[in-house]
Amino acid sequence: MSNRIKVLKTYKIFIDGKFPRTESGRYVKLVKNNIPIANVCLSSRKDLKNSVASARKIFDSWVSKSAYNRAQIMYRIAEMLESRKEQFIEELILQGYNKEKSIVELDKSIDRIIYFAGWSDKINQVFGSVNPVASSHYNFTVLEPTGVVGLISSEESPLLGLISLIIPAIVTGNTTVTIASEKYPLTSISLAEVISNSDVPGGVVNILTGSKSELIPHLAKHMDVNSIGFTEEKKDLRDQIYLDAVNNLKRLVEIPKSKIESEEIESPYIIKKFMEAKTTWHPIEKDFTSSNSY
Amino acid sequence: MSSKIKPLKYHEKLNFSPSLENTDSLSLKKEYQLFINGRFQKPLSNKYFASINPANENKIAMVAQANEKDVDLAVKAARNSYESHWSKTPPKERAKYIYRIARIIQEKAKELAILETLDGGKPIRESRDIDIPLAAAHFFYYAGWADKLDYAFPNRNPKPLGVVGQIIPWNFPLMMAAWKIAPALATGNTVVLKPAESTSLTALKLAEIIQEADLPDGVVNIITGPGSTGEMIVNHPDIDKIAFTGSTEVGKTIMRSISSTSKKSTMELGGKAANIIFEDAPLDQAVEGVINGIYFNQGHVCCAGSRLFVQESVYELILRKLKDRMQSLVVGDPLDKNTDIGAINSKQQLSTINNYIDIGKKEGADIFQLSCDLPAKGYWCPPTLFTNVSQSHRIAKEEIFGPVLAVQTFRTTEEVITKANNTPFGLSAGVWTDKGSKVFNLTSKLRAGVIWANTYNKFDPTSPFGGYKESGHGREGGLHGLSPYLNIE
Amino acid sequence: MQFTINNKVDKVGIEDRIARITKRSLKSESKLAGLKMVLSMIDLTTLEGMDTDKKVQQLCYKATHIHNELPDLPNVAAVCVYPTMVKTASNALKDFDVKVASVATAFPSGSSSLKIKIQETKEAIFNGADEVDMVISRGKFHSGEYNYVFDEIATIKETCGSDVRLKVILETGELGDYDHIRFASEIAINAGADFIKTSTGKIKPAATLPITLVMLEAIKDHYYNTGKMIGMKPAGGISNSKLALQYLLLVKETLGDLWLDNHWFRFGASSLANDVLMQILKLKKGYYQSNNYFSKD
Repeated sequence: MSNRIKVLKTYKIFIDGKFPRTESGRYVKLVKNNIPIANVCLSSRKDLKNSVASARKIFDSWVSKSAYNRAQIMYRIAEMLESRKEQFIEELILQGYNKEKSIVELDKSIDRIIYFAGWSDKINQVFGSVNPVASSHYNFTVLEPTGVVGLISSEESPLLGLISLIIPAIVTGNTTVTIASEKYPLTSISLAEVISNSDVPGGVVNILTGSKSELIPHLAKHMDVNSIGFTEEKKDLRDQIYLDAVNNLKRLVEIPKSKIESEEIESPYIIKKFMEAKTTWHPIEKDFTSSNSY
Repeated sequence: MSSKIKPLKYHEKLNFSPSLENTDSLSLKKEYQLFINGRFQKPLSNKYFASINPANENKIAMVAQANEKDVDLAVKAARNSYESHWSKTPPKERAKYIYRIARIIQEKAKELAILETLDGGKPIRESRDIDIPLAAAHFFYYAGWADKLDYAFPNRNPKPLGVVGQIIPWNFPLMMAAWKIAPALATGNTVVLKPAESTSLTALKLAEIIQEADLPDGVVNIITGPGSTGEMIVNHPDIDKIAFTGSTEVGKTIMRSISSTSKKSTMELGGKAANIIFEDAPLDQAVEGVINGIYFNQGHVCCAGSRLFVQESVYELILRKLKDRMQSLVVGDPLDKNTDIGAINSKQQLSTINNYIDIGKKEGADIFQLSCDLPAKGYWCPPTLFTNVSQSHRIAKEEIFGPVLAVQTFRTTEEVITKANNTPFGLSAGVWTDKGSKVFNLTSKLRAGVIWANTYNKFDPTSPFGGYKESGHGREGGLHGLSPYLNIE
Repeated sequence: MQFTINNKVDKVGIEDRIARITKRSLKSESKLAGLKMVLSMIDLTTLEGMDTDKKVQQLCYKATHIHNELPDLPNVAAVCVYPTMVKTASNALKDFDVKVASVATAFPSGSSSLKIKIQETKEAIFNGADEVDMVISRGKFHSGEYNYVFDEIATIKETCGSDVRLKVILETGELGDYDHIRFASEIAINAGADFIKTSTGKIKPAATLPITLVMLEAIKDHYYNTGKMIGMKPAGGISNSKLALQYLLLVKETLGDLWLDNHWFRFGASSLANDVLMQILKLKKGYYQSNNYFSKD
């Protein structure tokens, strides 16, 4: 058996529910302890453009799904991840994680998906409101997804970091384009494979590997991205994101790194950050005879 | 409609005699100072600018122009009062101060309404019935939140942000001040507020009211000046948050200025709202909604329904009704109780509007304007609408901020949703149909923060207001208007 | 003919519109002109079970001598009475330009056979009525027998002929909502009504501004569809000048100049005239009046 030549996995990127190579043809060798472990796509701005386009295209249909349905799909992701837990642990170890840490990362990730999945059909019950306006109108506020959300994965916590951004965003109907950790890119592509097998429509999640410093400015400036979620970045990069986002007034969701690892992030407030409040007014026709004072 | 039938006429019988609001209750100073640390102080700049009545171009009063040092004094006062007492004032006590302000506004409602109309040009009917009552109601509503924040954000231990800088526009001067100050105080912040250059006076009256309410010194500071004074607030290092209402362009400039800081922000910016009429709508009320949507406050409304979409089958009918209804709009002296359309707020804004009207004509759209006598002095624009407009016309794309309506048609629900959302803005939208299921479809598909279904331009302190996309972020009003002033992490 | 409710009315919207009208302010000369116009549009009405010849004669005298102190005042438009009083009124008014209007068709309930309604109408006209105020069959309307309602109006109009103007009372207080008021207005107009009228005065609410606006809009749409003008008569509950002026402003801003004329707009009222007179006197003299100085007939 030991003589058998191992079939190596090609890590491609995840756009529109498919796994293409980067259109640029560029890749970088991922090396750990001087041993090359995989080739990783160096996604280009065109890959980013295609990802945003696919996220935009599927938005209307994803947001129109019932909250119940989206919750089940989230739960399905957790199920799929649980069943492929060993592969992920192996992959983390391969990328330099220690075993214990890897197991914790997986357990937390799966539990976190389930935590957020449950909010799908509850967030509006907690944060929506019926507003008692003084005039004869029925007035209510609901939260709606912001739209196409760009996500920048933290460098550490390669799986938990991704989950903690992607799931809170998509659970309410946002669609996403994620730039993966440069240091630990493999897990993100494996997560894409899980997502692709979990009834998540193509385009709802797009994941790109490559150079963050190359891709982030294109994401931050992109006029069809409505929001960007990211964990702490270096000050100059962070400031650049803030500056570029002004182009089309993207909402920025900056999450402290410490929160990713702790359970503090498991609250509806992170979900809410990827949502907009919409208020609707409609007249109330009171009884015909009761209100005429003229 | 047969072409032989003559349009109805509206101007020969029973015309209005002048019916001017009595201005005796108004007391005005010649010169207004900066309100810093509970006192009215002469500006260190030693400079003043004139506040002009746009209805007759007369000077109403001189207003202090704050420079960098004045801004610094105001921020220091706000910081000091925040640290030394306001953050320690029991919420119940905070509430009582805010209630007091609400009550005094109600008491001085008439004076405030007259001043708002003199200074800004809006009809007395609106300042009396809308601006001032809503300003008081806003304080009244948020006062009650001060000691109930733990119920708004259970288990989050909400904390104020500190000192907030607030910059407000000239279209609803006192109401915007209330929208900004009331929630900031209720949540325990202190405030440096700058009203718009052309409409400072009611904010300064509010400063007098705040003094009368005995609010501790420095909790609210109101400083006046042009855009550059606003910039100084934005860039002051000791400000924790900027709340801005104004144009998308200036909003972006502010966002760039604070991009490398940890300042938080709320932005209420521009809009180009779609107002959509389906053939099954209550058509006469829809027309009224269109009128109210675009000609309210001379169209100086960020959520104005400036793009009208009419289902083709009722297009001629709606246009006829709209034109007839426009005939009974009264344009003229804002102090006259019968005036529907007052003066354009400033010379500069008038030229912006006129420029867009020229663009509309040059782009080939057909113009219809109410023909009416306009006063010789002052800044005026009659109610205007353009037909023969398409999505690519500039008058259908850009915010005009004047009484100018662009009318387009549509055939299907899908088509109109696409067209309505085909804009970088997303502040508000209107839908008119008698069919409930259609209402709910549209309200969920339209990408805007406020949807008026079978009504338009309604406001209430309990109702969150704010935009999607380039119309800004954050909400003002209601429960959702609290979190932008709190740390609830 | 198939009738369906096509034109919907939003109640809150229509009341918002009225709120704006009621905040209009008529001052000085325009107020005086308005008050005189109101006076000229009044159908001075007595519709009581205890009406007598004497009572009607007194009312007719009032109608033609509205206030002797002010000779330049217009007469009211008409005196409105029960069919049995038409002859009395007609005699009393024969030398004056004041019309005689008669209610008919089993006023106020309308609960009678068409045959009797036709007969009653004929008698009223024979006795000298210039105008007939009929009521619609509300029961039939509610049970969906719109053709019956339509045919009945058309038949009464046929009975009236072209010289006698027919006012059709919808009794809006019994119609349930604005959508049905609009719908009933359309049926009446299409069946040949010369006027549509809100109420008998026997049911509350009687005339209101929003109800009147709904009916004015129906009249307006009919005008633009056919070129034909239909008159409007709110009746019942309009007892003071301020309210009457608001009605005029409603007409002014909805139908415009053409309808600001007693040929096309009437008030059905009994005590309005004196309040208008008091207001006119107040404008002329500058101090408030007492109704002790105005004849009550």
